[in-house]
Amino acid sequence: MSNLKNLTGPLSSNNPVIVQILGICSALAVTVKMEPAFVMGVSVMVVTAFANLVMSLLRNGIPSRIRIIVQLVVIAALVIIVDQVLKAFVYDVSKQLSVYVGLIITNCIIMGRVEAYALGNKPLDSFLDGIGNGLGYAAILLIVAFFRELFGSGTLFGIQIIPQSWYIANGGFYSNVGIMLFPPMALIIVGVIIWIHRSFNKDLQEK
Amino acid sequence: METLNLFIRSIFIDNMVFAFFFGMCSYIAVSKSVKTAMGLGAAVVFVMTMTVPLNYLLNEYVLAPNALVEGVDLSFLTFIVFIAVIASFVQLVEMVVEKFSPSLYNQLGIFLPLIAVNCAIMGGSLFMQQKVVSGEIDGLWQSIVYGLGSGIGWWLAIVMMAAIRERLQYSHIPAALKGPGIAFIITGLMGIAFMIFSGIKL
Repeated sequence: MSNLKNLTGPLSSNNPVIVQILGICSALAVTVKMEPAFVMGVSVMVVTAFANLVMSLLRNGIPSRIRIIVQLVVIAALVIIVDQVLKAFVYDVSKQLSVYVGLIITNCIIMGRVEAYALGNKPLDSFLDGIGNGLGYAAILLIVAFFRELFGSGTLFGIQIIPQSWYIANGGFYSNVGIMLFPPMALIIVGVIIWIHRSFNKDLQEK
Repeated sequence: METLNLFIRSIFIDNMVFAFFFGMCSYIAVSKSVKTAMGLGAAVVFVMTMTVPLNYLLNEYVLAPNALVEGVDLSFLTFIVFIAVIASFVQLVEMVVEKFSPSLYNQLGIFLPLIAVNCAIMGGSLFMQQKVVSGEIDGLWQSIVYGLGSGIGWWLAIVMMAAIRERLQYSHIPAALKGPGIAFIITGLMGIAFMIFSGIKL
């Protein structure tokens, strides 16, 4: 039962992005389109889960003075593996993600979860906690990417959603909202998501 | 002229926060008062000006294809080398500052460990590597300028943000929007304002 809570808690009430405010750095830049957002979400989930697992297995053997360095090495090694896999199998998306794959290393979600959870809990619980936080992160990424891609380019996962006949060029009334493609709109969308989320979860509101 | 262009670009147009969202975690968390924001900003400028050139040298003479040994491409080690340089440099600075200037350590000390995992620092080095490939950064001098400019851009952003948030305490914000929610929206609006610089070319 408690295992299940590890998995579902981070989806809403303890979401890493909108409640813990972690890992925003890489979260927003990859949300122009659904596809890179999806790949990024999966990558972060894999790295968080395995970093948690490895650090939880090692937790009794590491002196606390050098734990940050050990964590960085473990995370960096995992990220290199993910980067090489992405380059091998989805080269186009890996090009779009550019430096943001490398920035998974400094993604505060991973360090944060390792520090706050994996160092004090059993391997299986830590692994599930990693998966849960990765899912929560991916969920926010996909919501932001949904709005940005739908209104910015009229597509979802590259498939045209808004009918071609609506566009002004084809005699319709509609044109894409260009500002959705610019970085500031990602921030504003996340701000609005936090607003809506906190209106329903009153205990999270700041006084 | 090209160097000046790079400097201006890295501060205003390719601003770390508004254009790339780098360092957002500490940006949102530490921007509650101007004084602490100044401290963290100064630390970021310093660490970036030092680590970007350091990583440039490593990239040029160790990691790049054929750099160390003919026919060997070590570029897959980039991430681990860069983060090791950044983490150890931050550790070093912390120890030096603690030894020689305890008063500065008291002001900056708490921010230094935060910097090791600040994406802006790592992002600066990774962008430097990309810009070397595209030819925008040529030589050690330009990498120093790029590190300095990016650091100043981040500093500018966090100090402006802190100044706005200090004023916000007197305004009536919907309860659910208080704290991070309004901080995100303000950053977005500031980003839109910064977009006016995007056409400038020296």
